[in-house]
Amino acid sequence: MERTTAAQPARIALFDTSRRDLWWVAPMATAAGLLLFVVYTTWAAFQGEHFEWGPYLSPFYSPHFAFTWWPFSPALLILWAPGGFRLTCYYYRKAYYRAFMWNPPACAVGALNHSYRGERALFIFQNLHRFFMYLAVVFVFILSYDAVRAFFFADGFGIGLGTLVLVVNAILLALFTFGCNSVRHLVGGNVDCYSCVALGKPRHQLWRLVTRFNDHHMLWAWVSLYWVGFADLYVRLVSMGVITDLRIL
Amino acid sequence: MDNYEVCEHDVIVIGAGGAGLRAAIEASKEGVSVGLVCKSLLGKAHTVMAEGGVAAALAYADDRDNWQIHFRDTMRGGKMLNNWRMAQLHAQEAPDRVKELEEWGALFDRLPDGRISQRNFGGHRYPRLAHVGDRTGLEMIRTLQNHGIHQGIQVYMECTIVELLKEGDRIAGAIGYWRETGVFVVFRAKAVVLCTGGIGKAFRVTSNSWEYTGDGQALAYRAGADLIDMEFVQFHPTGMIWPPSVQGILVTEGVRGDGGILQNSKGERFMFNYIPEMFAAETADTEEEAARWLKGDKHARRPPDLLTRDVVARAIRSEVRAGRGSPHGGAFLNVYSQLPAEVIRKRLPSMYHQFKKLGDVDITSQPMEVGPTAHYVMGGIRVNPDTQESTVQGLFAAGEAAAGLHGANRLGGNSLSDLLVFGKRAGEYAAKYAKDRSSGPRIDEGQVREAQQTALAPFEGNGTENPYTLLRDLQTVMEEGAGIVRNKADLEQGLENLKKLVARHRDVKVEGSRHFNPGWHYAVDLRNLMTVSQAVALCALNREESRGGHTREDHPDSVTKWEQVNSVVRLRNGEMQLEHARRPDMPDELKALLTLPEGA
Amino acid sequence: MADARLKVFRGTIEGGALKDYQVPVFEGMVVLDAIHHIQAHDAPDLACRWNCKAGKCGSCSAEVNGKPSLMCMTRMDSLPAGRPIVVEPMRRFPLIRDLVTDVSWNYEINKRIKPFKPKPREADGTYRMQQMDVERIQEFHKCIECFLCQDTCHVLRDHRRYEFAGPRFMIRLATLAMHPLDTENRLREIKDQFGVGYCNITKCCTEVCPEDIHITDNAIIPLKERVAGEFYDPLAWLWRLVRGKKADQRSEVH
Repeated sequence: MERTTAAQPARIALFDTSRRDLWWVAPMATAAGLLLFVVYTTWAAFQGEHFEWGPYLSPFYSPHFAFTWWPFSPALLILWAPGGFRLTCYYYRKAYYRAFMWNPPACAVGALNHSYRGERALFIFQNLHRFFMYLAVVFVFILSYDAVRAFFFADGFGIGLGTLVLVVNAILLALFTFGCNSVRHLVGGNVDCYSCVALGKPRHQLWRLVTRFNDHHMLWAWVSLYWVGFADLYVRLVSMGVITDLRIL
Repeated sequence: MDNYEVCEHDVIVIGAGGAGLRAAIEASKEGVSVGLVCKSLLGKAHTVMAEGGVAAALAYADDRDNWQIHFRDTMRGGKMLNNWRMAQLHAQEAPDRVKELEEWGALFDRLPDGRISQRNFGGHRYPRLAHVGDRTGLEMIRTLQNHGIHQGIQVYMECTIVELLKEGDRIAGAIGYWRETGVFVVFRAKAVVLCTGGIGKAFRVTSNSWEYTGDGQALAYRAGADLIDMEFVQFHPTGMIWPPSVQGILVTEGVRGDGGILQNSKGERFMFNYIPEMFAAETADTEEEAARWLKGDKHARRPPDLLTRDVVARAIRSEVRAGRGSPHGGAFLNVYSQLPAEVIRKRLPSMYHQFKKLGDVDITSQPMEVGPTAHYVMGGIRVNPDTQESTVQGLFAAGEAAAGLHGANRLGGNSLSDLLVFGKRAGEYAAKYAKDRSSGPRIDEGQVREAQQTALAPFEGNGTENPYTLLRDLQTVMEEGAGIVRNKADLEQGLENLKKLVARHRDVKVEGSRHFNPGWHYAVDLRNLMTVSQAVALCALNREESRGGHTREDHPDSVTKWEQVNSVVRLRNGEMQLEHARRPDMPDELKALLTLPEGA
Repeated sequence: MADARLKVFRGTIEGGALKDYQVPVFEGMVVLDAIHHIQAHDAPDLACRWNCKAGKCGSCSAEVNGKPSLMCMTRMDSLPAGRPIVVEPMRRFPLIRDLVTDVSWNYEINKRIKPFKPKPREADGTYRMQQMDVERIQEFHKCIECFLCQDTCHVLRDHRRYEFAGPRFMIRLATLAMHPLDTENRLREIKDQFGVGYCNITKCCTEVCPEDIHITDNAIIPLKERVAGEFYDPLAWLWRLVRGKKADQRSEVH
């Protein structure tokens, strides 16, 4: 028997919900957090100065290219890569789809009504995440090099507060990058039968390791994001002479 | 007369749990047109509640196992009342049925060598239960469902069958109504397979859902078929007992299979005091030996916590009676002192979740409080052991609705294998039966009209009985009269009370429309539940001995005379008739298996 | 203990409203107990689906205080005291009556998925798989088909993009894709017919899953990655071009 096809359920208006909790807090906090970072980064990237002091180099300006044909801040030459990595990151996608595009603003809360195409039309570029990930891995190495270089002052080996800031920056960035869903896919997620393929067991173990990082991808995304900004701010303030770098060793 | 739709098939399977799905798949494979009717949505049947595993002598986990030992365990667990032929077929065919599931996508837990892992369970000599953590039933039903939907089976969901239709002595189909609209539907079919499960809702404390109202048994009974062994109701020893909201919810036997122990309020492992003679030779009598068994010592005997369910349920009840029960009237089931926390979470995830979420108990650091809960009925529709055909032509039955395999007590894990083995056989033979009949049966309008009138009666008249109240009263009557321990006086009183309830049911009144009305649904189902409850009480009153799931305090011993007979109930001249029929004789080569020396 | 106040949706597709009920509260009580109490005492015809009452069958899905939940697993004491508890049917599905909705769409989608196609058995008649091969999919097999994820997914709920199969069937597709024995390739259907691209990984399905299945992280994102690898990754595309036919065969076999 054909069962009676009931009518469509009623359309749900934007923000319509029966939820009683403070569901709007999370998207608003996310929006504020992301906006603050974007504003600062844009400002800092356009400065084109105060990004270096002693052995310290701001992560916004690393690798540092100084081309004569490039009239703008050197940061603009490179920031598209980590920016693209974060823009297409599965966690950030969730964050900004919820916070800015209200698709949906929160679970079981009415979404913005428009001709939604998900990631099939305009947002199909999100599929390039893996490509940005390859670059992001390169950046982990570059920023690690910067962190190592930060131990070598003009007067020889040493540790300053800035050194620690840059070391932590490299570590956090690695935690964020190697917990990436694309990495997870490539190291082992794409295998269907570990016991049937070459190196199946190590791949499974690697996949599990990445999965553990991935479990906290959101945490690493936020902490590494703000730490990069903080690292730039620190180098900037020291370079501007507003604060003095604390020399520990 | 009320309007009705008509659906035609060669074979109609009623009930879409494991047995129903397996029957439908097999019948469809035979090339006949198959309709599968279920009271709930597809995939919600009670099979999802099966936790521990499916018993099959695959001999992967222990190569000493074979079908002969599985046969012997099943017969001994059933206290010899089983239909030997069903027990034999079951033990022989279960391994193939399990392997077949794998071919359909099921993912059982694995052994290190890559084959299916098997776990220990009560009454099984060797680790025999293929499992997926503690949600084996879900895996099974989903596998069958996802395989079945591609086999050309027509599924009719949320449809309650109220009566079987006959043409002369033969089955002609069934009539039911869509739960959604209340509109009637007639299924015209050459063969009908009943896979409707059990009768657990007759008891207040039960692991069964609202669906378990003995529909198949009552439908078959009213169609003139024999029911057997209805006195044998299994009370699972370990149901949750606290808080009240969760009372009766099943705690898998896998907890004990994986090493969990039962303790009383004094912390004693009381099961050592309750080892029956029949199992004394193969049960550990010291905690030290039980501990060695848990560590994998193949020479150690099994701990008494893994005795058959009837024994354990009675033992818990005795401890409570003696004042050594847990605070809420049960026993403590302790797995935290036996296994590391992460192993418990891995092997018993839904138990962990269930206790944590519903009972505020962390089973990795606290004991569970458990007590007996009505779980399964060994009795049911009498069937031919090979074809699963009932005593009515064209009417087949499989799974819990059918009887014979489990005798007086079912071993854990034998239910899931029962569904597969006899579900397949029922589907196969129902299809063959249908193929042998060229013309479709004729529907008798008179039967249709009568069934409609009966089903709609609660809307008419000026009755005052509330179906929910009636159900609660029925459950009270059954628990007091025909519960876990019975006696003559209580059973007689119970039968009297049941008669009164049947009379009150005539005055049942429901409010509202026929449009998805649970009050009405209950009123309809109650009729079946009362019939099977009467059958249980009647058979229990007349079996003057204790055996397996049937315990009489006025006749505490098993009696050889009673071992020879099955209780048969049938409807004749509007009355429930009871007869004690001689059990079929077992061939000598099978008899020899029952006395196999230990470890053979 | 004090009584609890409930506001339960009563009505049909033609219309309905929240109706007030009062029920006594006992220890460990769940919302489904309250509904049963209402049925037994105040409204025998209150329509609601339920079966196991233990979180194993996924029948009693509803929206409790606006949150898609299983009524049998929602403890009364987990809800804010003193305020009425609002119980409504799943909003994504057409209403049948009261708390019962028409979820048949899900069964239709499931039927469209190409069935499991196993490779042949080993010589000894067994299938050999390691625990590490099956563990990932066993998580997906925990799914009880409560359809709460289908209810909450905004692609279906708000945007009504029924070209998207929904989280439940992404899980099932992932199960088949990662099954060590399966030989069928469904990637193109996952991309086109089942519309994995509609998911914008906002994770509400994962948030409401009563079985704690990491639907987004463990099923949908891996599927997106597989689709990206097959159809969108320029490097993989180059790689395939260089390796030629051989690479194609490998992706077939997995």
